[in-house]
Amino acid sequence: MEQYVIIGNGVAAVSCIEGIRSVDTESPITVLAAEPHPTYCRPLISYYLEGKTTVERMVYRKKSFYEENHVTVRYGVTAHKIEIHTHEVFLEDGESVPYTKLCIAAGSSPFVPPMKGLEKVEKQFRFQTLDDALALEQALTPDAKVLIVGAGLIGLKCAEGIHGRVASITVCDLAPRILSSIFDDLCAARMQAHLEQHGISFLLNDTVTEFKGQTAVMKSGAKVDFDILVAAVGVRANIGLVKAAGGNCNRGIVVDARCATSMPDVYAAGDCTEGYDLTIGANRVLALLPNANMQGYCAGQNMAGKAAAFDKGIPMNSIGFFGLHAMTAGTYFSEQEGGVCYEECDDKHIKRIYTKDDHMTGFLLIGDVEKAGIYTAMIRNRTPLYSVTYDALQKDPSFASFSAEKRGQIFGGVV
Amino acid sequence: MQVSKMKRVYVNEQWCLGCHLCEYNCAFANSGKPDMAVALKGKIIYPRIRVEQDGQITYAVNCRHCTDPICVKSCIAGAISKDADGVVRIDQEKCVGCMTCVLVCPYGAVAPNENGVMQKCELCLQNSCGEPACVKGCPNRAIVYEERG
Ligand SMILES: Cc1cc2nc3c(=O)[nH]c(=O)nc-3n(C[C@H](O)[C@H](O)[C@H](O)COP(=O)(O)OP(=O)(O)OC[C@H]3O[C@@H](n4cnc5c(N)ncnc54)[C@H](O)[C@@H]3O)c2cc1C
Repeated sequence: MEQYVIIGNGVAAVSCIEGIRSVDTESPITVLAAEPHPTYCRPLISYYLEGKTTVERMVYRKKSFYEENHVTVRYGVTAHKIEIHTHEVFLEDGESVPYTKLCIAAGSSPFVPPMKGLEKVEKQFRFQTLDDALALEQALTPDAKVLIVGAGLIGLKCAEGIHGRVASITVCDLAPRILSSIFDDLCAARMQAHLEQHGISFLLNDTVTEFKGQTAVMKSGAKVDFDILVAAVGVRANIGLVKAAGGNCNRGIVVDARCATSMPDVYAAGDCTEGYDLTIGANRVLALLPNANMQGYCAGQNMAGKAAAFDKGIPMNSIGFFGLHAMTAGTYFSEQEGGVCYEECDDKHIKRIYTKDDHMTGFLLIGDVEKAGIYTAMIRNRTPLYSVTYDALQKDPSFASFSAEKRGQIFGGVV
Repeated sequence: MQVSKMKRVYVNEQWCLGCHLCEYNCAFANSGKPDMAVALKGKIIYPRIRVEQDGQITYAVNCRHCTDPICVKSCIAGAISKDADGVVRIDQEKCVGCMTCVLVCPYGAVAPNENGVMQKCELCLQNSCGEPACVKGCPNRAIVYEERG
């Protein structure tokens, strides 16, 4: 009999439970959950504010999930310390929770850089949890001016979510372009123009030097008056517990393909980890829901004694704003790095596909995103370009560019 | 839930005429309307099966109900599940239209409906057709519904 303990109750934790239960239906599972809610879909907090979902509908699994899987969830409980020699997790009040196999699924936390006068800003919010979204909602009024610090995915999704409920939204970022970690200049400019058409203002290449009451004084000298501040600069992996216990960490908890950490019987999954990105052949933090799900399942199976590997992680994003969709995946290698870029660009669409050494390594799409998964699979499966008619495939993602044999396997067989 | 034993829709491209009838039958079966003309005439259709053609090659693409479906793992709304009968289903009430499933489906078999909510083949089990309409109406029996593998 094992005694499984999971720290965190996000997507990685849920799929860890599913991974364990696919092998071991008996042994008890305890989840230590800092947040007081059953697992909800974190990315939907902006859709909630937008009115596209409700708190009831945004749960990740149906109500009976924990009961059906014989899981004890301890809501509002934070793990404080891991003692690897005695196989115990200590809670804040000193209580010991023993484990035989432990999974750290602690996610990430918003990172807010020091800004002068920030502590005096009354209506300031983060945008990471359901409770953050509910608190922000309380402050929204039709005449409110909102300043969002950070033009990444979280800041911009927040902007979209509250757009119809406030008077104005200004987004600032130190980077010269929006969504700088996944977009290039061309795509960023296109999406920025689209967001501006919907009334969102940007101050890029700029940062807050000081808050003076309800005014942000920018480095450029600009002054922005606001009623509500949202700090969405970025997130950092929650590595503290593992680091303190002597486990191997970089920017995230280092895990192998089995999602095992450097410590015996301790696994980790999701946003708190640094996993393998096959498009660069190295580890990096891939703070994305699909990765959290797949890592969690893999960790769970290994914890329960079934050998499983997750070695197909790639960065990938599907993000839309006000009806304009964008998808990005993988890595965009420059010409100097040996990359080749195929490009289509007109006033409705942008497509950039990157290849290197006879493989697709990444793409950026805006507008026409139909069947993009065919490209994503080319990257994930490392499909050699010589095995397809690439000239046709780069124009149109279709199985007509694959061999008849491949089509036969897919459409005439079980995949 | 890893289920591979189930009836699925299979397409034999040698026999596919590229007539697109399956697309119309699909759109009609899922329209909830009693009459095909009322359901489809003069409208852009959003079928859950799509004929692809390139020169001599024609074949139809729909959800493969994968043994280990990546759409289920990737859905940010927890809206896609593979049920005990093996069928991969989208809960359209939960879907927020983020299109992550489109980003990950290796077969290009998921797409939005006219309202931006995701849809794909669910084997006509939930609609009044009761068996896949594409199969029933295929004039050359290029599409079949059976258990293989
Ligand atoms: C606004 C927003 C939009 C997003 N949009 C997308 C998107 O479109 N696509 C996408 O792929 N991803 C998106 N993401 C990222 C996605 O939400 C995460 O990748 C995913 O939720 C990670 O799941 P996780 O289980 O690893 O971590 P989390 O969901 O963060 O769960 C970790 C949990 O652990 C708890 N915890 C931490 N420390 C402790 C402790 N010591 N003791 C007990 N509990 C603890 C935390 O409170 C938290 O509840 C978005 C994120 C945000 C915030």
